[in-house]
Amino acid sequence: MRMFLLGLAALVIVAIAGISAPWLQFLLSLAIAKGLAALGVAILLRAGLISIGHAMFFAIGAYATAFLTRNGITDFVSLLILSTLIATAAGVVVGAFMVRYRAIFFAMLNLAVSMVLFSLLSKLYNITGGTDGMRVARATFFGIAPGEQTFELIVFLTSLVVVMLVGFAVSAYFRSPLGEALKAVHTNEIRLEYISIPVWGVLLVGYTISAALAGLGGSFAAMIIGHVLPEMAFWTESGHLILVAVLGGIGGVAGPFIGAIFLELVHTFAASFTDAWSMIVGAALLFVIFFLPSGLYGLINKKRGGSAV
Amino acid sequence: MLQVLIPLTVDALANAAIIFFVAVGLTLVFSVLRVLNVAHGSFYSIGAYAAASLGLWVVSAGLPEWLTFPALVLSAAFVAAIFGPFVEHLLIRWTYGKSEALQILVTFGLFLILEDLQRIVFGVNSLYEDTPMRLLGSTMIGGIVYLNYQLLLIALAILTLVGLKLMISHTRMGKLIAAVVADREISQALGINTNRIFMLAFTLGVFLAALGGALATPTTGVSPGLGADTMVLAFAVAAIGGLGRIEGAAVAAIIVALARVLAIYYAPELDAVAPYLVMLVVLLVRPYGLFHTDTTRRI
Repeated sequence: MRMFLLGLAALVIVAIAGISAPWLQFLLSLAIAKGLAALGVAILLRAGLISIGHAMFFAIGAYATAFLTRNGITDFVSLLILSTLIATAAGVVVGAFMVRYRAIFFAMLNLAVSMVLFSLLSKLYNITGGTDGMRVARATFFGIAPGEQTFELIVFLTSLVVVMLVGFAVSAYFRSPLGEALKAVHTNEIRLEYISIPVWGVLLVGYTISAALAGLGGSFAAMIIGHVLPEMAFWTESGHLILVAVLGGIGGVAGPFIGAIFLELVHTFAASFTDAWSMIVGAALLFVIFFLPSGLYGLINKKRGGSAV
Repeated sequence: MLQVLIPLTVDALANAAIIFFVAVGLTLVFSVLRVLNVAHGSFYSIGAYAAASLGLWVVSAGLPEWLTFPALVLSAAFVAAIFGPFVEHLLIRWTYGKSEALQILVTFGLFLILEDLQRIVFGVNSLYEDTPMRLLGSTMIGGIVYLNYQLLLIALAILTLVGLKLMISHTRMGKLIAAVVADREISQALGINTNRIFMLAFTLGVFLAALGGALATPTTGVSPGLGADTMVLAFAVAAIGGLGRIEGAAVAAIIVALARVLAIYYAPELDAVAPYLVMLVVLLVRPYGLFHTDTTRRI
């Protein structure tokens, strides 16, 4: 209950910050979009699985939005839902193969699939626009086409609502037997089999949910930026998603969002006086891994922090 | 058709030679340290930058042009001496025996730091230094022109493969490495200083990656972003061959090269996809790679 109130308070603070300083809206919405994808990665990290390819679902969500927009579907809510569904379907198919693998093999197979997607996105010029990517026309809301500022405000507010809904859903999932089983897979997979819990089922559900979250984030990102690029599926992007999840902490739903917003804010402020941005982030990652194993979230909630890796 | 395919194949094999250097370093580090080093590609690009800078300096200082050849190897050795022991001791050592997720994260952090480091040291411009390739010229065989430098690359890769195998089977150091790979605890109990072996193996891995980068500069030059691109290719090759298999990396490099030749010939837009498609298919059928014989599974 305490965490719930804290989360609600944090959401309200973010909302007030965004509304009172409109230049923050773009930044915060984008951070939330990445936070959604990082939450997906965090689900897999709970089961001890690390995917260096999860940006593919982010890219699938983003490109789905771009293609749907090009084919005449411009309604914001429909775009979000359809793109998420497409990413979910991709998650089921890819996941069905992935859940047989563990550890490095899981990581590398995800990497392989995401790199196939990346190369196809950048080479099939006639379909995907190649390395130039695709422009995403501004979405409409129930038939009304808003101006740029109104659009940013509405996207920002919607993203907050989505974070709240997703937060409820995912924390309910974490508390459900299916979600608790994720941690058990990490601890001792054979015991789960002994008490007749199908590990592959547990993992497939987890993988699919994580793909859906990444796709939802990607769809948001496509509409916020107004452009999609093959680089969204590149392996360094997947690395960044893991980084966000670990930086924030995977103990609770809020972790990845804390990580994403923290990173985006530091990025904006650091960019004004240094361009060694990656170096700062890399050093921060190493610091968190060695000295704050439950991430920034662990600072707030000591009891339920849970080690990231 | 052969008039097109043969030059393409030689070209691809020269590429395979470069990738082999990087992948064999990756696979060596993995088999000895049991750490998948995501920052391995950065050592490739640092080696490339170092070699290009040193080569440009040799030329501008008016030294004899043949000195650019030793400069290639020297810069790789230099990079290995600076980064190998330092990075292993300061960072990698803390991840031994930890989960793969942690190791991947730590080395990804290292990757981010190294990417910026080389941007700060070498700038963001592309460097070209092709004196070694110019000096060697080309050969005409059967009406087809081959670059001698490419043939040299292929020969060097074969020499490295044979050298590595001989080192492991015939030298004291190699046997110590093999013992540590086979059983870390027993080796320690027998009095082998495993920490020293880890450091040496890591440094050798860095040297191989940097050497790959250095040897690639005369043909392709070097530009930012090279490390990340090479990393995935080396991953693919090492995974296809089976992580930890030295000869596997060589065969996988050739398979990937030939797959690219076929792709370029029949479906040019699939060129870049070919390595990853091969990786995907191989991992789905044989998750431990083509050359893995160990049947123990964790679960």
